[in-house]
Amino acid sequence: MTEEIKNSGWKLRKGTIIEAKQLTKTERWFDIKLDDGELGHEPGQFIQVEMLGVGEVPISVSSSSTKKGSFELCVRAAGRVTNYMQTLDKGAIVTIRGPFGKPFPTKEMEGKDLVFIAGGLGIVPLRSMINYAMDNRDKYGKIDIALGCRTPKDILFKEEIERWENMEGINFSYTVDKCDDPAWKGNTGLITTLIPGLEIDPAKTYAVVVGPPIMYKFVIAELLKKKIPTTQIILSLERHMKCGMGKCGHCQIDSPKNYYCCKDGPTFTYEQVKDAKKL
Amino acid sequence: MKQFILKKKDLDAFIKKLSEKMKVVAPVSKGGGNFAFDEILSADEMVLDYIPTILPPKKYFMPQREKVLEFDVSGDMPKDTAVTDAEPLAIFGVHTCDLAGIECLNGVFSEEPEDANYMARKNKAFLIGLECNKYCDEHATCALMGTHLPNGGYDLFLTDLGEEFLVAAGTDAGEEFAKGLDFMPEASSENIAALDKLRENKKAIFKNEIATDVKELPGVFDKGAESKVWGDLGEKCLSCGNCTNVCPTCYCFDMSDTLNLDLKTGYRTREWDSCQFETFALVAGGENFREIRGDRQKHRYNRKFKYPVDKYDKFFCTGCGRCTRTCMAELSLKETLKSLVKENL
Repeated sequence: MTEEIKNSGWKLRKGTIIEAKQLTKTERWFDIKLDDGELGHEPGQFIQVEMLGVGEVPISVSSSSTKKGSFELCVRAAGRVTNYMQTLDKGAIVTIRGPFGKPFPTKEMEGKDLVFIAGGLGIVPLRSMINYAMDNRDKYGKIDIALGCRTPKDILFKEEIERWENMEGINFSYTVDKCDDPAWKGNTGLITTLIPGLEIDPAKTYAVVVGPPIMYKFVIAELLKKKIPTTQIILSLERHMKCGMGKCGHCQIDSPKNYYCCKDGPTFTYEQVKDAKKL
Repeated sequence: MKQFILKKKDLDAFIKKLSEKMKVVAPVSKGGGNFAFDEILSADEMVLDYIPTILPPKKYFMPQREKVLEFDVSGDMPKDTAVTDAEPLAIFGVHTCDLAGIECLNGVFSEEPEDANYMARKNKAFLIGLECNKYCDEHATCALMGTHLPNGGYDLFLTDLGEEFLVAAGTDAGEEFAKGLDFMPEASSENIAALDKLRENKKAIFKNEIATDVKELPGVFDKGAESKVWGDLGEKCLSCGNCTNVCPTCYCFDMSDTLNLDLKTGYRTREWDSCQFETFALVAGGENFREIRGDRQKHRYNRKFKYPVDKYDKFFCTGCGRCTRTCMAELSLKETLKSLVKENL
């Protein structure tokens, strides 16, 4: 005999896709409005998207908490659920749980210079923080944005990025790993090549880095060369969170500190996770 | 809390009284020297001289598969209902190692955010412990872990004193139940002296199985993070997940959706998962954070002897020996610990 549980963490929040757009061949963007009001997230947090009958996936919130009324996701077709999500359009109902996780340290970073570094899909979660800083421009000092992806065809949020590029007080650079398109006017090379050129006052700088696991080691090495303290290098790590509540065990990070990515992260200072076997 | 006496000849009456209130499960023989907790209706169905059951009592707190949500997408707006099928349940004859295991899980699932499904089952469970007066077999490491003696976590706790059990109440519910049975008088001072003597004798029987203080182990694990022991385990491990399934403190799980044949209604299931499986720490981009077996075994050990000590100030090994007993590759927890200690202490 089953009975209902009122306070279950598995209960879902319902919302409607109010806009959807294909950004690249494999990445689709959604603007979602929840029935029960604001998502109530902070930059860097994630949600669990439940496609009833298909399954559930953890997805970073891409919009800033300063955007009211709806929130945005950008989903790459990678597995069963995210491939299904590519078929969703305006008007589709979605169910979610969350938001979950520790956000970027927006308060601690106030008054400091910021360096934002994103590789590939890392721009999706980092965008929540970049736009938060843009909307609270007076709270932060100089801003550097260094972005990279594989080829010009993979660039996400093109129009928005152009806006950042042309904003005053923003030092912007973009690189692609490889390119045979003569129209491409930006840099070519790995994202690490953008870092030596940055002018940084390490003591008053926070670097916020988001990218695929392989990227961290090399980017962090460059940032350490710039003498940025390990407590001021902020990362957002990728793991497959299945519950979001610090229970299921999937997202545990192999470090002596026993962190769960879903609860203690996904954002960490490099100091916290520097002993982890893989970032 | 009060202590009572239960004569062995009254055991059946005790079980019958319990059955009037709730379902009763106890260790029963499954043949081949194996035991399992299963439903009983009378005392003669159970076996109290048993080695740890194939699965620990965690199966009653966190079933192998559990429906946590029902959904219906037939209307304009999907409907979802969070559910449990928890029922009042008495678990009779739980060894002290397994009581310790339940205490570990209680800590994990009551931590914020509380797990409503687990708590629903926990709140309906009536636990009756049973002391081990001798070792179950050579695989147990309960003296190392200090779990050969009761340390709370029960409603009632039985110690075999020969002709009778001394029954200690651990909760008001336990005491209330015992008080309500006219064949269970309060224990006399002689009974309590007999218990003290038994505990004194146990000191000569249960000896630290690896001859190293358990407090040294987190340091040993720190130092042995890159030990060759892990590679050796990885060489032999079959990655089958038996060790985590039978572990009283392993609780990792996976979630899945099932659609009914109408394709409109369905449910979400929580199911035991294992950190020993190759895909456990795999992410969408293809990165696998614990790709090799040695790393996965090390992870399992860290989750018993290191991580929970930092997090909950508690070891998550109960010394029950199940992982060793069930291992198809004959990997022994005791021997692994000994090798690590030898190398890193």
